[in-house]
Amino acid sequence: MKPTDIKNPEYFHKVVDCQYACPAHTPVPEYIRLIAAGRYDDAYMINWESNVFPGILGRVCDRPCEPACRRGRVEEEPVAICRLKRVAADNKSEIKDRLPEIAPKNGKKIALVGAGPASLTVARDLAPLGYEIELFDEQDIGGGFMRSQIPSFRLPIEVLEEEVNYILDMGVAAHFKHYVDSLKSLVDNQEYDAIFVGSGAPNGRDLANLPGRKEGDANIDLGINWLDSVAFGHTKSIGKKVIVLGGGNTAMDCCRTSKRLGGDDVRVVVRSPKATMKASPWEIEDAENEDIPIYENHVPHEFVVENGKLVGMKFEKVRAEYDENGKRSLVPTGEDLVYMECDHVLIAIGQDNAFPWIERDIGIEFGKWDMPVVDEVTFQSTNERVFFGGDAAFGPSNIITAVAHGHQAAVSIHQFCSGNSVTKRLDPQVNLVSQKMGFHEWTYDNEIDHDKRHLVPHVDKEIALKNLKLEVEKGFDQELGYQEAMRCLNCDVQTVFTDNLCIECDACTDICPTNCINFIDNGEEDDLRGRLLEPADDRSQDLYVSGELKTNRVMVKDENVCLHCGLCAERCPTAAWDMQKFTYSVTKAGTECA
Amino acid sequence: MSYLRSSFRHPHAQKNKLGYTQANYEGALSTLCAGCGHDSISNSIINACFELSLEPHKIAKMSGIGCSSKTPAYFLSNSHGFNSVHGRMPSVTTGANMGNRDLTYIGVSGDGDTASIGMGQFMHLVRRNLNMVYIVMNNGVYGLTKGQDSATADLGSASKKGVPNMYEPMDLCELAISLGSGYVARSFSGDKDQLVPLIKGAIKHNGFALIDCISPCVTFNNNPQSTKSYEWVRDHKEATGKFDLVPEAAEIQVQNPNELTESIQLHDGTTLNLHRQPDSLDITCRESVLSALEEAKQNQQVLTGLLHLNTNSKDTHDIINTSSKPLNQMSESELCPGSDILESINASLR
Ligand SMILES: Cc1cc2nc3c(=O)[nH]c(=O)nc-3n(C[C@H](O)[C@H](O)[C@H](O)COP(=O)(O)OP(=O)(O)OC[C@H]3O[C@@H](n4cnc5c(N)ncnc54)[C@H](O)[C@@H]3O)c2cc1C
Ligand SMILES: Cc1ncc(C[n+]2csc(CCOP(=O)(O)OP(=O)(O)O)c2C)c(N)n1
Ligand code: SF4
Ligand code: SF4
Ligand code: SF4
Ligand SMILES: [Mg+2]
Repeated sequence: MKPTDIKNPEYFHKVVDCQYACPAHTPVPEYIRLIAAGRYDDAYMINWESNVFPGILGRVCDRPCEPACRRGRVEEEPVAICRLKRVAADNKSEIKDRLPEIAPKNGKKIALVGAGPASLTVARDLAPLGYEIELFDEQDIGGGFMRSQIPSFRLPIEVLEEEVNYILDMGVAAHFKHYVDSLKSLVDNQEYDAIFVGSGAPNGRDLANLPGRKEGDANIDLGINWLDSVAFGHTKSIGKKVIVLGGGNTAMDCCRTSKRLGGDDVRVVVRSPKATMKASPWEIEDAENEDIPIYENHVPHEFVVENGKLVGMKFEKVRAEYDENGKRSLVPTGEDLVYMECDHVLIAIGQDNAFPWIERDIGIEFGKWDMPVVDEVTFQSTNERVFFGGDAAFGPSNIITAVAHGHQAAVSIHQFCSGNSVTKRLDPQVNLVSQKMGFHEWTYDNEIDHDKRHLVPHVDKEIALKNLKLEVEKGFDQELGYQEAMRCLNCDVQTVFTDNLCIECDACTDICPTNCINFIDNGEEDDLRGRLLEPADDRSQDLYVSGELKTNRVMVKDENVCLHCGLCAERCPTAAWDMQKFTYSVTKAGTECA
Repeated sequence: MSYLRSSFRHPHAQKNKLGYTQANYEGALSTLCAGCGHDSISNSIINACFELSLEPHKIAKMSGIGCSSKTPAYFLSNSHGFNSVHGRMPSVTTGANMGNRDLTYIGVSGDGDTASIGMGQFMHLVRRNLNMVYIVMNNGVYGLTKGQDSATADLGSASKKGVPNMYEPMDLCELAISLGSGYVARSFSGDKDQLVPLIKGAIKHNGFALIDCISPCVTFNNNPQSTKSYEWVRDHKEATGKFDLVPEAAEIQVQNPNELTESIQLHDGTTLNLHRQPDSLDITCRESVLSALEEAKQNQQVLTGLLHLNTNSKDTHDIINTSSKPLNQMSESELCPGSDILESINASLR
């Protein structure tokens, strides 16, 4: 293999698994170290810069970082990255004075449709630069789905409001209870230099053709509409027996909310096997902990309505079969239909986008599935003044993705409004700094904690189920937060190898706890992977290959389970290995002007 | 600060026949200087024992005094061990081996510990052909006492102090060959591909097995004027050939048509396949090996690899005809059969 190009910003970025997996590329290990040091304000601000909603995300983030976390490959479970974010948010002091200053108005005006995380992120990035921001949302308060969908027992309203208000208080002109029924009216309004559409994916899928759907309508709701109505206090109770259809996170929120509104026998029914349910494992676990059973392989057959009232549902039992391409089909088992009694059904089987308010003659091209054509890098639509982001851009996803979109769309809008090409974008800023302080001394604490992942304490179930607004998770206290923080391996402290200093004494190979380092004859990647001290079959993890050494061999390090312990650098007599902290910051709107 | 080594290991670490991973053969975190050759040898011992699937509790690691003799703390922490007095590892090991012949004895020593203070004990140990592996971590200096030239320092070689050595060096391999050792090898700490198989062969050999392993002292003797530096050894070493142990050899290797392969049966049934160039040294012949060693020296070369092999030599137990049952497993009545028996033995000698 050719020597690894460590100058490529993505090489070491990929080694910081969590940061790489985070759509907003939050510098996770950096904030975890700050939490361990008790510097909660600093930890919070690092998060705020990247992901805008640390208190919110510290509770409800979809956490793509955690399955990626190296700790989960070294032992059983990843670092509780998400819950550590909450530790920073819970323990911070007043941080308002650290929020960016608002520059004098620059004469540019932007319209934002929707007050969800995508739009709010655009506002957060552009308002400080002097943009005048007008925000429209049909709800009577900001936050988008974070307000209307995510139940307050997972995300307390105060936490949400605090972080939404940091942004609205930047002088954003928010027009709530204002449904935009025509994008054309905004496009035609020449006062707006650009328009950002962050309207989400607000349409819940229905089972319109299932027998009994119309007749039972009074007791059948679409999950997201129902959650919305609960969130805004319109719905305060539900029948005793509730069936929730669907296996995603919405279904989990529906069933847990039902339990709190009077549902006694609340059950989730899914078409497919439980193992392939879309909901996050922890959400399933939380629902099951609240004694909500999940029935798998049950396909809705009909709503049973008696005397004009819904009394139950019938299901057909199926099993999953896979063809040679791995494509799944649900095959009826031929058993009798299963009947379940119920008073109410919540349908939570997915969401779609809907843009009835966007005219088709304003230069915005629509493509597959009637979705607008949006550039994946610039978030610009085919009308150069209109940008999309969040669920509105590519379909339902999650908050952190909406935030990442918002940042990138803000870069584009700023470029566009400054008369620059939106495709001209600065590379991320990276830096490598040696962490050596002295003999056996590093600026980072490499004595990690070897404990298993710590559990987040929960409120007593009996109490939790009685109160819709009571947050179930209590969060880590400072002590537990410290212990959990010490589980982090500091993957951003990189092992940097300088081949011409190496005397091939093997000290690093010998000391490395996980046998990452090899001195071997070079070869093609497959061949090398097969010849390393330990199997290197995880191809998503790179091999770090040096230039040729004096013995004509090369150093090959499998990045996969490196503990970033620094022992290789400590045992190296010539400092051919050094531990260097890698920082990677995504370019934000405004950076390019600096 | 890291005086600790994480207890995490590779999650898919390879296992040996006993189901153990390398971690089962490790020791404490080394306190030697960073880059010391001795650490590499420790690791080679770990690898060899792991690969041979030895049971750690059936190994005894023996040593004298020196940086090298400290290393048993850094490998095989599940094995027995005895860190003896300077130069006295041979006698302590002899005693231990007499008491329990069933253990695998791995002795670790330095060039000072062996070639200076321990020389008398060493020579007799070789003569008696005690069944053990004897590894000399040879750095040409007394590392622990801050780098004085040792008896293996080459004439004219200079350590960090810069003063060329005035005396003739002792060649421990030549000495062991002339004293009848059946397994004599020289290697280099920086060449595990060669060293690990040599250690494995030495463990399998019945009788005294010497590995004189050049092991640079990075702190006192790794300067360009030293013939025990990483660079000098890399530039001047020449290998006699290669070998593999048959039950261990992972797969049948493609035979190099230009090589001769000789298969030699070891006492426990293992076959040792020697691969060498046709015109190269015949290591089963003592005389030719001794002259080859002398010749290499004149050419400023370090001859490495297995230098001499004689599988017919008798070990101490065979020579003095001891019981095959280890003494420490005998009952008191077996060990001390009573005055009648003693009387009859004495009578037979009158
Ligand atoms: C039940 C449920 C639970 C969820 N839980 C999580 C979770 O735990 N973690 C997570 O990361 N994600 C979760 N999500 C997904 C997450 O809420 C969304 O992906 C995210 O909020 C999308 O952000 P957005 O800014 O694109 O749009 P949204 O948050 O959907 O905001 C869009 C806003 O635009 C407004 N709007 C739409 N059209 C118009 C119009 N024409 N005029 C004016 N206003 C308009 C809407 O009222 C809404 O307020 C969940 C989703 C659901 C349905
Ligand atoms: C009886 C006795 N004499 C002298 C010493 C001092 N001493 C300690 S180690 C050592 C030499 C060690 O040299 P070597 O065996 O080559 O080991 P190295 O440190 O080089 O690995 C000496 C002379 C001692 N410990 N005991
Ligand atoms: S161990 Fe720490 S730095 Fe490494 S991936 Fe996990 S959270 Fe990120
Ligand atoms: S930091 Fe170095 S010694 Fe530690 S695990 Fe990674 S490669 Fe091995
Ligand atoms: S002094 Fe020399 S022999 Fe001793 S530990 Fe240091 S490098 Fe090794
Ligand atoms: Mg020495």
